[in-house]
Amino acid sequence: MRRFLRSGHDPARERLKRDLFQFNKTVEHGFPHQPSALGYSPSLRILAIGTRSGAVKLYGAPGVEFMGLHRENNAVVQIYFLPGQCQLVTLLDDNSLHLWSLKVKGGVSELQEDESFTLRGPPGAAPSATQITVVLPHSSSKTLYLGTESGSVFVVQVPGFRTLEDRTISSDTVLQRLPEEARQRRVFEMVEALQEHPRDPSQVLIGYSRGLIVIWDLRGSRVLCHFLSSQQLDSACWQRDGRLIVSCHSDGSYCQWPVNPDTQQLEPLRSCVPYGPFPCKAITKIFWLTTKQGLPFTIFQGGMPRASYGDRHCISVVHNGQQTAFDFTSRVIDFTVLSEVDPAAAFDDPYALVVLAEEELVVLDLRTDGWPPVQPPYLASLHCSAITCSHHVSNIPLKLWERIIAAGSWQNTHFSTMEWPIDGGISLAPTPPQRDLLLTGHEDGTVRFWDASGVCLRLLYKLSTVPVFLTDTDPSEHLNAQGEDEWPPLRKVGSFDPYSDDPRLGIQKIFLCKYSGYLAVAGTAGQVLVLELNDEEAEHVVEQVEADLLQDQEGYRWKGHERLCARPGPVRFEPGFQPFVLVQCQPPAVVTSLALHSEWRLVAFGTSHGFGLFDHQQRRQVFVKCTLHPSDQLALEGPLSRVKSLKKSLRQSFRRMRRSRVPSQKRRPAGSPGEVPERSCRTERLGLQNMELAPVQRKIEARTAEDSFTGFVRTLYFADTYLRDSSRHCPSLWAGTNGGTVYAFALRVPPAERRMDEPVRAEQVKEIQLMHRAPVVGILVLDGHSVPLPEPLEVAHDLSKSPDMQGSHQLLVVSEEQFKAFTLPKVSAKLKLKLTALEGSRVRRVSVAHFSSCRAEDYGEHHLAVLTNLGDIQVVSLPLLKPQVRYGCIRREDVSGIASCVFTKHGQGFYLISPSEFERFSLSTKWLVEPRCLVDSAETKNHSRPRNGSGPEKALGRARNSGSQSDGEGVLKEIQSTLEGDRRSYGDWRSQQVAMSQVSRPGVQAVR
Amino acid sequence: MVTSAPSEFLHGQAPRAGRSAGMSGGVLPQEVPGWNWTVTGSHRNPREPESQRELRSSSVILSRRQGLRKFGAEFRRFSLERSKPGKFEEFYGLLQHVHKIPNVDVLVGYADIHGDLLPINNDDNYHKAVSTANPLLRIFIQKKEEADYSAFGTDTLIKKKNVLTNVLRPDNHKKKPHIVISMPQDFRPVSSIIDVDILPETHRRVRLYKYGTEKPLGFYIRDGSSVRVTPHGLEKVPGIFISRLVPGGLAQSTGLLAVNDEVLEVNGIEVSGKSLDQVTDMMIANSRNLIITVRPANQRNNVVRNSRTSGSSGQSTDNSLLGYPQQMEPSFEPEDEDSDEDDIVIEDNGVPQQIPKAVHNTESLESLTQMELNLESGQNGFIPSNEVSLTLAASGTDTEFETRVPNQKLLEEDGTIITL
Repeated sequence: MRRFLRSGHDPARERLKRDLFQFNKTVEHGFPHQPSALGYSPSLRILAIGTRSGAVKLYGAPGVEFMGLHRENNAVVQIYFLPGQCQLVTLLDDNSLHLWSLKVKGGVSELQEDESFTLRGPPGAAPSATQITVVLPHSSSKTLYLGTESGSVFVVQVPGFRTLEDRTISSDTVLQRLPEEARQRRVFEMVEALQEHPRDPSQVLIGYSRGLIVIWDLRGSRVLCHFLSSQQLDSACWQRDGRLIVSCHSDGSYCQWPVNPDTQQLEPLRSCVPYGPFPCKAITKIFWLTTKQGLPFTIFQGGMPRASYGDRHCISVVHNGQQTAFDFTSRVIDFTVLSEVDPAAAFDDPYALVVLAEEELVVLDLRTDGWPPVQPPYLASLHCSAITCSHHVSNIPLKLWERIIAAGSWQNTHFSTMEWPIDGGISLAPTPPQRDLLLTGHEDGTVRFWDASGVCLRLLYKLSTVPVFLTDTDPSEHLNAQGEDEWPPLRKVGSFDPYSDDPRLGIQKIFLCKYSGYLAVAGTAGQVLVLELNDEEAEHVVEQVEADLLQDQEGYRWKGHERLCARPGPVRFEPGFQPFVLVQCQPPAVVTSLALHSEWRLVAFGTSHGFGLFDHQQRRQVFVKCTLHPSDQLALEGPLSRVKSLKKSLRQSFRRMRRSRVPSQKRRPAGSPGEVPERSCRTERLGLQNMELAPVQRKIEARTAEDSFTGFVRTLYFADTYLRDSSRHCPSLWAGTNGGTVYAFALRVPPAERRMDEPVRAEQVKEIQLMHRAPVVGILVLDGHSVPLPEPLEVAHDLSKSPDMQGSHQLLVVSEEQFKAFTLPKVSAKLKLKLTALEGSRVRRVSVAHFSSCRAEDYGEHHLAVLTNLGDIQVVSLPLLKPQVRYGCIRREDVSGIASCVFTKHGQGFYLISPSEFERFSLSTKWLVEPRCLVDSAETKNHSRPRNGSGPEKALGRARNSGSQSDGEGVLKEIQSTLEGDRRSYGDWRSQQVAMSQVSRPGVQAVR
Repeated sequence: MVTSAPSEFLHGQAPRAGRSAGMSGGVLPQEVPGWNWTVTGSHRNPREPESQRELRSSSVILSRRQGLRKFGAEFRRFSLERSKPGKFEEFYGLLQHVHKIPNVDVLVGYADIHGDLLPINNDDNYHKAVSTANPLLRIFIQKKEEADYSAFGTDTLIKKKNVLTNVLRPDNHKKKPHIVISMPQDFRPVSSIIDVDILPETHRRVRLYKYGTEKPLGFYIRDGSSVRVTPHGLEKVPGIFISRLVPGGLAQSTGLLAVNDEVLEVNGIEVSGKSLDQVTDMMIANSRNLIITVRPANQRNNVVRNSRTSGSSGQSTDNSLLGYPQQMEPSFEPEDEDSDEDDIVIEDNGVPQQIPKAVHNTESLESLTQMELNLESGQNGFIPSNEVSLTLAASGTDTEFETRVPNQKLLEEDGTIITL
């Protein structure tokens, strides 16, 4: 604590720190966790997604993103854009309405909440009287029609949310205006459908759940037509010309009703159960879209045969004799169809189907035969298989980048060539200054390569390690390989597949050398694969080697999983990264650390039992070292995941409790709205009481050599440094364990010309035991100028200065509790920072980052970016180990967020805020990737489709005032200040807008 | 029954010590159960001139068995180089020489400024004795085979007006049985109360010396709430409390920590606002030299300042800290501590060695002033003096060694195994 104060004494340093460090959470990548509502504005061409946690996210053209959080932590149930406006209305599950708008401020748009409103019924009315079931924003953009559970339709003026009581269409009013015969039945109950007539704004379709549909004349307050269905109504829609109504029902049927105010229709024109004759589930939503060709598109959700396919999440598209039931792997939240916007156009001519499923967004091209999916440029489902690890590589050389993209394009042939149809807004962000790759390892044995350069995290290429192994499932057996005459005509779509064939396939560590294209990947069952990028398809045998990490240790018996069985014989690999060597650790414990040195052609790997070094040039094991403590039986018990810490399990159960508070019902909370939170409060209180009955206590004990998992290898590091004496430097391998031990091996790597002839030799030279015995999480060697040694091949590619080999090198050992600097080659203690003793926080992740000054063009410093178990991000200076800055970043309870954090080489980072979303943050003043975009209702579109030229939307939005570049800096400051404000209080953040703007620092400098 | 009597009495006189070495953690190896002894800090009497650098001693030999002369004692007086007292071995040889008892094993004790008879048996307590001598160093020598261990301890020389009566007539205190402690070969502190003068009386700052002991720290902490007096009245605030002491652990054996004591600081850093996990990690990170400031649940045994007659807290809290700056900030800083600088490196010669420091770290003057070792009787080789005649040093440590093993097993019963 005092250290922080002390380091603050130097004003020059303080100024410099302001030029170097700054904390921002810039953008969320991936797919929103627990989406609960979908909205689309045909005029803005912007998509909105609401989540159960109260977030609303807007997406337009790639790079155009907005995010807002409701003050209340309630689920967003429905989202409606006001026609032609830059405004949207959200309905939360607490029955409140919120008006949001996109406002242009200094050249960029911001999303902000304007006002909120809760519908109040007459005194004494049941809560259900005002429980909103459906909202219709009228095309005049001045009123909202609110359908309720009581059957009344309330009218509310926007903005201002003033209830126009005299215009309320109560069920009684409707009943009185109905002809006698229709009045006989109990036809009302809740309002299920509210649709404005496509041509006549004075006519509104009102559908009631008991099956009655009326067309209400707003001016004359009378029923123009009414239709009575024998089935419960789920939804209804107009045909584009207003001459036909299509309704869908709970028995899986849909009906067409011709609209003719003169003749009363008793029976539907046509009624159809698409997946009959056996009982079917409800069709919950239907679209009826006309085309120039004549035959309409019928697109509906649900309706599957109850007994055999009742559990499927399907959306069916029927057109011109073709019918496909798109089968989603997760629940369908909502869907919409993108079609002709101009109301004057005669036909809908739909071109894309947008489906929001629980775990992914799927867009289908309706214009191309076979309705292929369109690859989304954002909203990637990061968790299509659970993420098990991630690895970031900055500044990828163009050559490698292009080869990866080429490899990826082979895999994307099934996608439609259609341009991304949701393209509203303009991204003002400059092009990213460099190419960054984020690699994610997944439970199913795949590694996904993401373009992490800009705001849109885009999948470039997917590598699967599965073909190397024999698994239970036959790879040829695809799920969508269905017979021709299969009924219903199901087709699997989407990439979300949470089921792993074999958990042992899970990827645990990744190491990519961006210069050589070598990739090392290690997994749960002790498998280590070395892969090489190949632009051609190839078929070859993967060489197999076993690394016995126990060596001659007797009396151990591994009780964990078996090792994976490699596929014998040659294996065919598609273009991309192709494995050529498989090292399997014995016992097959999860690989806990991995390092690759592409210049020396060596790969080092470690597990809870020891570590090994493999020469992938000669395909020969150099050595293995057992780090297991003789008394540590637990390490042999099996996979580490089985041994759960008490701490963790308690935290998890607590979190589970909290999560259960979120009402699972999406639309209508059962009973009165006040009941649910109360009940969940009680469970929580109960939980707290239970916790107090058995107080949590923590044992205070120094670590000893006999502790479990001391041999667990946490970190491996290659360095060319002075290990033996100060006159000769040599390649070396460093390993740090969970028990605070550091091993150093001197390596002899033959020169390039004799590389294949002479073996690589290794000899243990040093072993350091830290007396505090905390796990070693990082090892680093600093050169004579106290600069971290460059990466392999970095100097050869002229991307780094060669290290200073004149002055004395320093070894930096980072344990969970302390940072310690030692001299080399003679190990003597030089400096230390005892983080845990001072703050009670422990180092979870440490990485060297280069921080450039935002003021001086070529000034920069190397420091350590540190994440602690409390979720703090700190910068610790090199080489003096002084804490520089500290920012709260992740909630300390968010164990998975902290575990998933990965730093980049330039002071940015990513962590998972949910299984499917990465939050991107930046510690640097210079490197910032955030959205910066403009959405304007009056802006002209370069899209081929003509836009709605008439209508009220023209009134607004000419205020595209200060789009000039000179304003950029002010905007930036404003955004930064808001973002900084966010950091200070998370609570405030939720209510505010966040118009995120993408800026990468070079762009800012141009502005300045 | 005690059969022995002191055979030799050496009365030394010494000018004031120039500067005390400062009893920093770890310099006094080995613990002695039940042995209360006191070390005082330097600068006690700055007015006194440091003119005489020689230590002059006189001695008297008293011997009951070898024909009593005047009180059966022999006195010798001799001088020592005050600034360079040398090693204990040399001093021991010197004593044997001046008393002409070259082959007799003796126990050496000295009277400290409070009149306590304290042992001299290693370099550290020898240096302490020399440096605290004021103005002379009175040394008592007993033949080992007839030594009266009960003579050592607090108040031994104060209560009895006459030192010699105390030493020579052990029968005098038959009525008040003394705790006999074995004669330790090797001293080291295991715990101490520190910073008494700068802390409120309701607080206690306890230092636990884990280093070198096989004994577990042996305590657990929990969340709780405590009531604080604030300007707005009483307020309930969350706090960290000791929830359990492991029998035989260091924490319990010191007697300075108890269940339900509220933990206020760990090594000078306040715990308020920190989570249980954070405090746990801080304590473990400091486990080799743990300094906990607690508000004892039982406030009756508090150290009462400026009173030497108080209970268990010992005598020397009075003037020991006069030279210590009057500030609430503790002087120790984890950074400056040396306690875990002892990382080990094994170079290719295969011999483990401690990692030296590359840059000299000036060690801060320890605030440590008093060490107290309090054990309840009946534990770890505690034997009342009048029941057992003589217990040799080894027996004490042996008992302790035996009891320790099951304790350790006990500790493994639960707790976090691993956090990934």
